[in-house]
Amino acid sequence: MRLHLLALLAKEPAHGYELKQALEQTFGGAYPSPNIGQIYVTLGRLEKDGLVRAVDVEQSNRPNKKVYYCTAKGRDVLTLWADEPTEGPRVRDEFFMKLVLAPLTGIADRMALINRQRRHYLSLMGDLNDLQARTAPDDRVALLLIEGAMLHLQADLDWLERCQEDLA
Amino acid sequence: MSDPALKAVNLVKVYSGGAVPVHAVRGVDLQVEPGEFVAVMGPSGSGKSTLVHMLGGLDTRTSGEIWVGGTRADTLSESAWALLRRKKIGFVFQFFNLVASMTVADNVELPALLGGASPREARERREHLLGALNLTDRADASPARLSGGEQQRVALARALANKPSVLLADEPTGNLDSRNTRDVLRLLGEVHRDGQTIVMVTHDARVAGLADRVVALFDGEVVDDGRITRRRTGTAGAVIDLR
Repeated sequence: MRLHLLALLAKEPAHGYELKQALEQTFGGAYPSPNIGQIYVTLGRLEKDGLVRAVDVEQSNRPNKKVYYCTAKGRDVLTLWADEPTEGPRVRDEFFMKLVLAPLTGIADRMALINRQRRHYLSLMGDLNDLQARTAPDDRVALLLIEGAMLHLQADLDWLERCQEDLA
Repeated sequence: MSDPALKAVNLVKVYSGGAVPVHAVRGVDLQVEPGEFVAVMGPSGSGKSTLVHMLGGLDTRTSGEIWVGGTRADTLSESAWALLRRKKIGFVFQFFNLVASMTVADNVELPALLGGASPREARERREHLLGALNLTDRADASPARLSGGEQQRVALARALANKPSVLLADEPTGNLDSRNTRDVLRLLGEVHRDGQTIVMVTHDARVAGLADRVVALFDGEVVDDGRITRRRTGTAGAVIDLR
């Protein structure tokens, strides 16, 4: 979340709660709502690394609020972030490890593992279908996020069938 | 209790044309209740297509029983089964089999008319289905002028036109891009909520995710048969977790 917050701050200075709102508005209903505590912890680390700085803004009748802005060093880090290719999601190797290793111990059968995993993927897909149906058609960022999750799940399922063909 | 919408008992298919007989389906038992949506999955060559083709009477069984509603179908004559199929079964093929000499609209209305609907009912049903699949402006076109994705959606509309007791489908989203798949998903979800029984062979996890139950085939046998549960948590964070 470090660099996501930094990018929002490079757009305009903000306090912690505004960042939470900006994330929610940008990514729509499909994105896990960020935890405000986690946002403040992350801001603290960014500040310690010199990527953001905070100024106290006085408020009448209320404690000062801290407004954060992106430093020149922060902007350099963001430029690097944007310039680098991004690592793709990893193969879901925990299941694969289980599929390969568990049968060796005699405690599980590969066919049963694959069947259980297939049901699990389909149940996740059902939830994504529901989520997609509930998302407003003009919320393009949210819909693309859901579609991305669906395509990953499709790949997981295709891979599961390949495992079944060759290992079960 | 009412009869199952569809039932197979120890269904077997052996293709004996080649040098070595191929055991495509090896003793499948399957019972589908009215209103159920069953996704049939499994690797290619596992017997999925052969199974649904036999259930729809499009391929003959080697042995075993097929029941449609309360009627034993596999012992019927070809013409008697055709009649039963016209009334009770809608079929979407991997390849669309539309009638080339008729317009899209007529392709969709024909099964409704054959199934006994009035011309007006058939037209209303066709307008609804083509509208839901974003094909209204293609109604007067001939199938040959449609893209593969459009033809496939027309084939789905046609299969649903006579409100069949069972919709059988073999990879109905194989030729669709993501946006068209979304229209198909919405329509399948809608007819299923209205009580449509569906048995569908699919590799498409989005379509299978709509189903109530998954039947997995491997090497001609059922290796898994169970419900697909939903968590229905309602919050997005619980579903999407892309790292």
